[in-house]
Parts: sequence; C-alpha cells; structure tokens
Amino acid sequence: MSPETIARWQFGITTVYHYFFVPVTIALSLMVAVMQTKWYRSGDEKFLRLTKFFGKLFLINFAMGVVTGIVQEFQFGMNWSEYSRFVGDIFGAPLALEALLAFFLESTFLGLWIFGWDKLPKKLHLMAIWLAAIGTMLSAVFILAANSFMQNPVGATYNPLTDRAEMTDFIALLTNPVFLATFPHTLAAAYMTAGGFVLAVSGWHLARLNKANRTDREDADVSAYRWSAKFSAWILIISGALVILTGDFQGKIMYQVQPMKMAAAEALYETAGGNGEMAPFSLLTIGTLDGSEPVFELQVPGVLGLLAKGDPYAEIAGIRNLQEQYAAELDAGQFNLPVDGSENALQAAYADKLRTVGVTNFVPNIPVSYWTFRIMMTLGFIAMAIGAWTLFTLRKGGLPKASPLWNLLMLTAVLAPLFGNSAGWIFAEMGRQPWIVAGVLPTASAVSPGVSAGEVFATMVLYTLIYGALAVVEVGLMTKYVKAGLPSEVPPVEIKGEDDVLSFAY
Amino acid sequence: MMLLATEPTTLQVVWYLLIAVLWIGYLILEGFDYGVGMLIPFLGKTEKERRVIVNTVGPLWDGNEVWLLTAGGATFAAFPGWYATLFSGLYLPLFLILVGLIIRGVSFEYRAKNPDARWRTTFDWMAAVGSFIVSLVFGVGFANFIIGMPVALAEGSNHLHVFTGGFWSLFSPFALLGGVVLVVLFLFHGANFLALKTKGVVHDRAEAFATKVGLVAIVGGAIYLVWANIAYGFGVLGWVLALLAAVGLIGSWLSIRAGRDGRAFVATTVTILLVAVWIFARMWPNLGFDNSAAAVPLDRVTAASTELTLTIMTGAAIVFVPIVLAYQAWTIWIFRKRISTKNIPDDVAVAA
Repeated sequence: MSPETIARWQFGITTVYHYFFVPVTIALSLMVAVMQTKWYRSGDEKFLRLTKFFGKLFLINFAMGVVTGIVQEFQFGMNWSEYSRFVGDIFGAPLALEALLAFFLESTFLGLWIFGWDKLPKKLHLMAIWLAAIGTMLSAVFILAANSFMQNPVGATYNPLTDRAEMTDFIALLTNPVFLATFPHTLAAAYMTAGGFVLAVSGWHLARLNKANRTDREDADVSAYRWSAKFSAWILIISGALVILTGDFQGKIMYQVQPMKMAAAEALYETAGGNGEMAPFSLLTIGTLDGSEPVFELQVPGVLGLLAKGDPYAEIAGIRNLQEQYAAELDAGQFNLPVDGSENALQAAYADKLRTVGVTNFVPNIPVSYWTFRIMMTLGFIAMAIGAWTLFTLRKGGLPKASPLWNLLMLTAVLAPLFGNSAGWIFAEMGRQPWIVAGVLPTASAVSPGVSAGEVFATMVLYTLIYGALAVVEVGLMTKYVKAGLPSEVPPVEIKGEDDVLSFAY
Repeated sequence: MMLLATEPTTLQVVWYLLIAVLWIGYLILEGFDYGVGMLIPFLGKTEKERRVIVNTVGPLWDGNEVWLLTAGGATFAAFPGWYATLFSGLYLPLFLILVGLIIRGVSFEYRAKNPDARWRTTFDWMAAVGSFIVSLVFGVGFANFIIGMPVALAEGSNHLHVFTGGFWSLFSPFALLGGVVLVVLFLFHGANFLALKTKGVVHDRAEAFATKVGLVAIVGGAIYLVWANIAYGFGVLGWVLALLAAVGLIGSWLSIRAGRDGRAFVATTVTILLVAVWIFARMWPNLGFDNSAAAVPLDRVTAASTELTLTIMTGAAIVFVPIVLAYQAWTIWIFRKRISTKNIPDDVAVAA
C-alpha cells in the first residue's frame, strides 16, 4: 500500500472514531443545559436529577471526544504536510480560532460546571453549562467552515510565487454556500444523535419500571423519564425533519459545486434527464465488482432531478460524461468543477499547475459513495420512526412494555443516528476524492513526503489498538451509569467551613 | 516580491511572539499538571490522598491543555510552513505525545467513575506515565529546536521542507539532558503547586518532595543552561536570562524549604517563563531549523501566512485572548481553596 492509502486509512479511522463522540457532545450539552434551566426556574427536583444523570453520561462521552480530538489537530501536519503548507494560509485560521474561541470556552466552563456545584451561585453555575454548550457549537462552526473550503474552495486564489492557495476573502469562507448548508445539516444530525441517546436511555428505564406496585421513588423516576423520553423524541423528530430539509438544500449546492459527487452518490453513469425526460433516482443499483458499470438498476423517475435542481425534468450529468468533460477541460487549462458555467477562482487559477501534476481520473469510489449516501438516509428515517413510535407508546399516560423487541428498538435509537452521521461523513469525504481540496489539490499530492509508509502504518495500528481499548472502557462505563439510573439528589449547598466535604470531587 | 523578502513584517514578528506566549502559557500551566500527574502514585499513599492530588488539577487540566492546541493551531494559521515541516518531521515523537495526552486525559476523567481499587491504580499509573512521556518528549523536542533541526526542500518541491536528520538524530546527549531536565522541572513545579493547593499530609509530603527534587532541578538546570549558552548561545542576553532562571530555581528551593508554598510556585513559574523565553529567542529567525542544507531557507518569512490572514488572526487575538485570560484566571480563583482528605467525599457505589 502507498503512504497515501495508509495515511487516508489512518485519517478515516481516527476521524470516524472521533466523530462517534462529537454529535452527542454538541447536542447533549445543550439538552442538559435545558434540563438544568428547567430546574433553576421551577425548583422541581425531577429536573435536577435528570441534569445530574444525563450530565454524567455527557461527561463520560465528552472525555473521549477531547482526547481523540487532539489527534485531529496534529495529524494534518504529521500525515499531510504538503496539504498543510498548501492551504495553511486559509485552513489554519479556522483551526486556530476553534481553539481560541471554542475549546477554551467549553473546557474551562465545563470544569467550572463539574466542580462548581457548591462553589458558584446557582445562576452562574447554570451559565457555565450554557457557555460550554455554546463552545461546542462554535467548534462546529469553525471545523465545518474549514471542511467546506475543502469541498468548495472559495475566498482564495493561487499564488504561483509561493506555490500555495492564499486567502482573498475571509467572509467568503464563512458564507461558503456549502458551509451554509452543511452547518445546519450537521448540527441537526447531532441533535438526532443526542435525541436518540436520551430517548433510548429513558425508554429502557420506562419499560423496566412498567410494573405494578411501584414505590414512591419509582413513581418519581417514571415521571422524570417520561419527561426526558418525550423531550428527546420531539428533538429526534424535529431535528430529523431539519436534517431532511437542509439535506435537500445541501444536495442542490453539491450538484452545483461537486456534480461528480452527486453522480457517484446516484451511480448515474450516463447523463440523464433534460429535453422533457426525467432523471431517475436509484433505489437500488448493483454495479460490476470494480464499480465501473451498472448491472442492475431499480429507479424512481424524476426524483434525482428534484434532488439536484428542484426540477424533475432537469438534465443531470453522469459520471462518464463528467469524466470526459473534466479531462478535456484540464487539457485546455480551463479546469473548473462546476459545469453550470460558474467559475471557482482558485480552481481556475490553479488549472495550469494542475495540468503538470497529471490527474487523469476524476471519479470517486462509486460503491462507497452510493451506499453511504443510502445508509445515511435509511438510518435517519429509522431513527425518526422510533421517535414517533415512542411518542405513540407514551400517549395518554401509557408506558412501553419490557421486551426484547423494545430493547432492540431503544438500542437502534442510539446506533442508527450515530452510524448515520458516520455514513454521512464518509460520503462527504470519499465523494470528494480524488481531491483533498476539491478541483485543486489531489489527495495523492498532499501526503507528507518525509514520512515513511511504515511509520504511518505502525501508528495506524497503535491508534486502532488504543482506541479499541478505550471503546471497551467507555462503553462499559456508559452501560454501568445508564443502568444505575437517576441519582437521588438533594440541591447543593454552598460550602462554608474549611473542612466541609465537597459536594463533588473526582 | 514576496519571495525575495528576507526581513520579517511587523505582523510576522507579532505572531512569532504570540506563539511564544501560547507555548509559555502551556508550559507553565500544563507543567504543574504534568508534575502533579507524575506524583499521584508516589505522594498519595491512601485512596483519599490520591484523590486530593487528582482534585487539585481536576477542574483545570483540560483548560490548560487548550494552550497547547491553540499554540498548534496558531502555528498552523500563522506559519503553515513551520507547522507542516515540524509536525511531519517529528512524526514519532508527536505520536508519543499524543498517546501520552490520551492516556492521561482519560485517566483524570475516568478514575473516579469506578470505586474498584485495581481500576483506580491502573488509571493513576496511566496518568503518571502519560504525564511523564509528554514532559520527556517535549524536553527532547525543545532541545532539538535549540540545536536546530536540519531541513531541506522535499524532492520535486521548491517550497515544502522536510526534516533530514532522521529519528535517532533527535537523541543527542544535549537533547536527552533536555528531556530529563524538563521532567525534573515539571516535578518541582508540580510539587510546589501541590504544596500550595493542599493541607495536611499531602501538603507535607509535597513540600518534602519539592525540597529534594528542587536540588536535582537546580543541578540539572544549571548544566543544561550553561551547555546551551556555550554551545548554542546568543550573547549576553542569553547568559542574563539563564542567570535569572537559575535565581528563580534557587529562590523556589529556598522558599519551599522555608514553607513558603506560594512564593516557591511563583518562582518555578518565573523559571519556566525565562527558560522558554531563552528558547524562543534562540529559535529566531530560523524557527528551530538548521537551514544550512536548504536551497531556500525555512524561516519566519518563508513559513509565514499572508498579511491578510495574519491581520484577521490579529484582530481575533486582540479581542479574544484577554477574554480567555480573564475567565481562566477567574476559574483559578474560584478553585483557589486548599483541599485535604477531609474535603473528599466518601465513594458512593454506583448501583447495578
């Protein structure tokens, strides 16, 4: 295997793993903040118990996000040094701003929140969790702006003297249409994930507590879990609807700036639609083993045109046509990924240099693009259905019955959105290939020349082993604390004497 | 013409200084975290004593670590060439640092989540080993920046530099000494911090340990600074900084012997600051690289971002660095009280 392939695997493994923890961090921090706000406003102990319970689960998850996140910032330089040098003028700024604006905020105020129950006035303590939650969202802003640049490199040009991309317009980075679509899409998907998580925990406990002769304490538990189950089911359903809406918007932008990605997502080999014809949406396409040709196709007419352009009769470019067009354009030194006549300044400026690099294949891995796109959508719909079913079960004071099927549904509520997120990201990144910066820098040109394949391979294996061990620890802790259920809580008191016991300590 | 420029612009100087400030913040703040981390298994004889030690840094360590992330991010944003060549050149050392940071990070967060003795002992040792690895490797790394890491243009590129020294070249005698000295210095700094933040038996043990390790730090630090000034020095200013750092170390040792925890901690803080200033003064203008074999040098001009990027980043830094400093200082103030075993609550077993 080439260093490029191994470096890509390493990035894939560490990033997909890191992203198991990010969506829950982003959305659960805010859900916990809402629970604590309800306690602050109403004084109802139910909400304090929910805050502490889900807060603890949030922190177990957050720790993993923190330690796997450091690897992310370092590996651009370690494995992708030419990429870092080439785009650092643009890409470095959001990373630095993420650390300065987001990481300081979330880490400092989470520290205050965890240890500050008996040290801060109630209002300030509540503010701490809100600021931490805002920090996690700011982090998403900067990372998604950086990633959107890789998908659609706006606000930059090529400087032949320094042989790198240089920033021309910072505001353009933050108003990148890909960013404007990706940010709400990713954020809503994060809420689906945390919603599914809280729903599953609450739903599992409700089924467990669905029995005759409950104690008073168990009645109080049912009341609390009923609230969190409904709250999270609504979050799951509403954010699911937002994921669909923003995904539709994102699809249209993607077709504009990365038409090849859309064609690969649909395994649309030949241009279709236009002239009164409708481009079909593929329900199932099975290609040859190398993914270069379709063998069997099951299609719905018109849907692809609607997805890509909002018009069932629109002409949608196919993989082969795009490949030919790009090859011809690059030969002429007029290279640009959009085929609707719009121009990307950086792609246009870099075309001459790109010709000397010798890119010939413009097609991403079709089966991966096709299937991850469908897995993402299917998992999302399944999660929403479970949310709706839970609400139906809980209507008019109803409780779910404990059964293997119910447990399976609850487990699916956690895993479906989680893996849906992974599938979406794998699609976004694999569908961008063969580019690391779409239409500009090929991934193969971006790897660190001074790092050997052996080094990358060895560290990849070690990361995998460490992450595997951490997964066992984290899932074990999570299960233990989920099963333990709501703590019995008394409101914290302010510390007065020197030797008083802290209300919380590690 | 950008390429022909050899004199740095004001913004390039500003960003070099700002990156130095971020590193100094990191070394001072995480310096005591690492020292405390290494001392958990040694200064805590009972479970409650170990929990006292962990809780002195519990609310702070994560925020302190962000200084490193910000230093890394700022290097990427302001000097992409520096970031690219440094991070790929120090591939395996950085991997070790990442592993160290991962295992100590989960340790702080997870040790309390299970009352089982074996579980906690495991995480205590992971915290200690992780803190040790990170301190040691950074010590070796900074010594190599002082020596100058040889770089050359990558094959087929006129702009990307690669480190040409090879992995084993990083372990010269001076670099190894640098690793040991940083570990010892952080142990001293961490013991001072523990003494300052605790009461009772942990406090007494931290003070006694600081008195011993302080002597080692003074001897090791003296050899390191004299060696650095003779072999890699930059004139009178270097000697003055080294002398002041030595005064700081000795002052800290005298203070902790006299039971003045606060003064001792301030003195190691000042020492770390002065040594870091020495290193960053030495790294100007070649950023810690040895360019003698490079057709085009990798320095503060060729590695830098455009003026536009630096201007935007400067605006952000002017607004947000003071805000961050204010709320981090406030956090340290909130958690200012000394703690002892009496403050540590009993374990509540998790049901199920």
